[in-house]
Amino acid sequence: MSDRMSKAKDTLPEQPSDIGKTVGNVRSANPYVVAENVNVYYGDNHAIKNVSLEIGTKEVIALIGPSGCGKSTFLRCLNRMNDSIENARVSGHISLAGTDIYSKDLDPVALRARVGMVFQKPNPFPKSIYDNVAYGPRIHGLAANRAELDNIVHTSLERAGLLKEVIDRLDEPGTGLSGGQQQRLCIARTIAVDPDVILMDEPCSALDPIATARIEDLMYELSEDYAIVIVTHSMQQAARVSQRVAYFHLGSLVEVDETNRIFTNPRHRLTEDYITGRIG
Amino acid sequence: MLWGCAWCASIESSMSEVTRGKVSAGLARRRRKERLFRLCGMLATTVGIVFLVVFFADLIGKGSSAFRQTFLRLEISFDTAVIAPQGSIDLQYADFDLLARNALRDLFPDVSGRNPLRELNRLLSVGAGYQLRDMLQQDPGLLGSVQSVWLPASSSVDMLRKGNIDASIDAALRPISDAQLAWVAALQRDGRLELRWNRAFFSNGDSREPELAGIRGALMGSFYMLLVTLALALPIGVAAAIYLEEFAPRNRWSDLIEVNINNLAAVPSIVFGLLGLAVFINWATLPRSAPLVGGLVLALLTLPVIIIASRAAIKSVPPSIRDAALGLGASRMQVVFHHVMPLSLPGMLTGAIIGMSRALGESAPLLMIGMVAFIVDVPGGFSDPATALPVQIYLWADSPERAFAERTSAAIMVLLGFLMLMNLAAVVLRKRMEQKW
Repeated sequence: MSDRMSKAKDTLPEQPSDIGKTVGNVRSANPYVVAENVNVYYGDNHAIKNVSLEIGTKEVIALIGPSGCGKSTFLRCLNRMNDSIENARVSGHISLAGTDIYSKDLDPVALRARVGMVFQKPNPFPKSIYDNVAYGPRIHGLAANRAELDNIVHTSLERAGLLKEVIDRLDEPGTGLSGGQQQRLCIARTIAVDPDVILMDEPCSALDPIATARIEDLMYELSEDYAIVIVTHSMQQAARVSQRVAYFHLGSLVEVDETNRIFTNPRHRLTEDYITGRIG
Repeated sequence: MLWGCAWCASIESSMSEVTRGKVSAGLARRRRKERLFRLCGMLATTVGIVFLVVFFADLIGKGSSAFRQTFLRLEISFDTAVIAPQGSIDLQYADFDLLARNALRDLFPDVSGRNPLRELNRLLSVGAGYQLRDMLQQDPGLLGSVQSVWLPASSSVDMLRKGNIDASIDAALRPISDAQLAWVAALQRDGRLELRWNRAFFSNGDSREPELAGIRGALMGSFYMLLVTLALALPIGVAAAIYLEEFAPRNRWSDLIEVNINNLAAVPSIVFGLLGLAVFINWATLPRSAPLVGGLVLALLTLPVIIIASRAAIKSVPPSIRDAALGLGASRMQVVFHHVMPLSLPGMLTGAIIGMSRALGESAPLLMIGMVAFIVDVPGGFSDPATALPVQIYLWADSPERAFAERTSAAIMVLLGFLMLMNLAAVVLRKRMEQKW
């Protein structure tokens, strides 16, 4: 990936800092993830155009925008999930707590242990509930013995608000749970490796309103310990869970600001059009 | 309608009447087409089933008689003077045939003269002597005693007993003389002629005498061959599929490899036989007619089948599972071995079994590497000369004796039985290991 990046740097002209194009405030008071001038290309398709954004420690930031605007692509840059996509190129600079995550020496495996991800469709492994949660700690060697692993699994399920529902059937397959439970299982699986940042890619789009409400409560609780970046199509959801909102349009980051401000007094025409339902 | 205006409504209803008319006119046509298509489909299925039923009925009708064989009951006296003239018995050279011949002669004391006696002796199979030798070898205490023994009759008697020889035609045109017919009738009356379970068919190798020919040699040859094929094709095929699907970069080279694997699967099998002959036998100087070489050739033949099936199985693992594992920080290797492999294993094994059953039924490439030889001994290892089941069928189908015809059908039944078992195993495996999502 890193050689792809350097190639990209060779072939693309250095673009001037484009922060001026994004209205609002891309800076965070206490930045943890810093993205500078990020460009993503899928072949010839310029999917992300010069996006700069800071994500604060223990902050919930929502990425919104119409379909195909690049918010998911940007999200997947943050834990290098774009690596596995053929002919995707990423240029620019993204750092996590000061470390360049696209540097040659950085192992994406180590990165993903720190930046967890929850996907659009609940995707538990076709294994038992216990094994689903224990998988991350097992591959990273986080538990020295069975008791420690049990402890991690129980704590993670507890924090994901799922423990009470599954405590007597940890051996049953995770795929047998309901959609909302599966998604909370995926969240438990993610926090079992104790990440710093959790990326959520439309985590509630496949869920009913009650399950959605539970996940939103959960996000609120989790934000005490983790930075959460959530991609969502629901502006109500963005308004409910996030402290800041970033509005993407056609691959560009149009506006970033406090959630209240975005929804009450957007500065950019496009943002206003989107939140009032004129585009979307 | 939205505006609630009467004029619009009337226009609309007349419009929709026209539309409805068009739809219903088309409906009849569509139904007719569907009926016709369904009829064609049923017809095609019926034709297929009829052919299958005819094939199986014919096969079973012709082949089932081979599982029973005509035996003669004779009072054998294990005469010391005949088989141990020097006092001790030499199992290699003692004339056990004479014991059987003497017993038969005792039943027809009035037969005399060289030729009539020879004809009488021909009622017995040459295997009779071997059977008596084996009996004595197992139990030396039989020496000097008189035993009632069921001995195999010759194939002409067997064919006569099974009704495959027409006794009413001219004696010169049938393989059994008038005198022999009379003797057989007499034996039959005495209850000395009986159809019994044909053990030799499953325990013997090939033979020039139909009544002694069995499929054991061919079965063992096929078994050793498939063992080699499985041991090579499964790991190589699965490894290649995993590499191509999960690790190889997508570029012109991988496209080329993909196209060529598909081409390889379509190469006529005899070409693989020629390749095996040139590479394994001529160049690598491996033994001819050996299951080892047969297995190598069949592995080449099966490899593309396994690769294609395994790749399809890997492709069917939902990408969300890979994402989930990658997102947790699993390496690509861990993603493959913890998640992709277990989920695609049923598909891979099904592909392997289907490839194996194709290999089991293959005869053309084996002809090229000398596995078509007449081999009497049952092979005991990978480098012993051997044939395979389909080749044995080919050899027997080529033999002029009437009795080989039923053996050909019987061998086909055994081969089809194994193929069905393997396909059943594939189905069961898939059903049992299939992951529900």
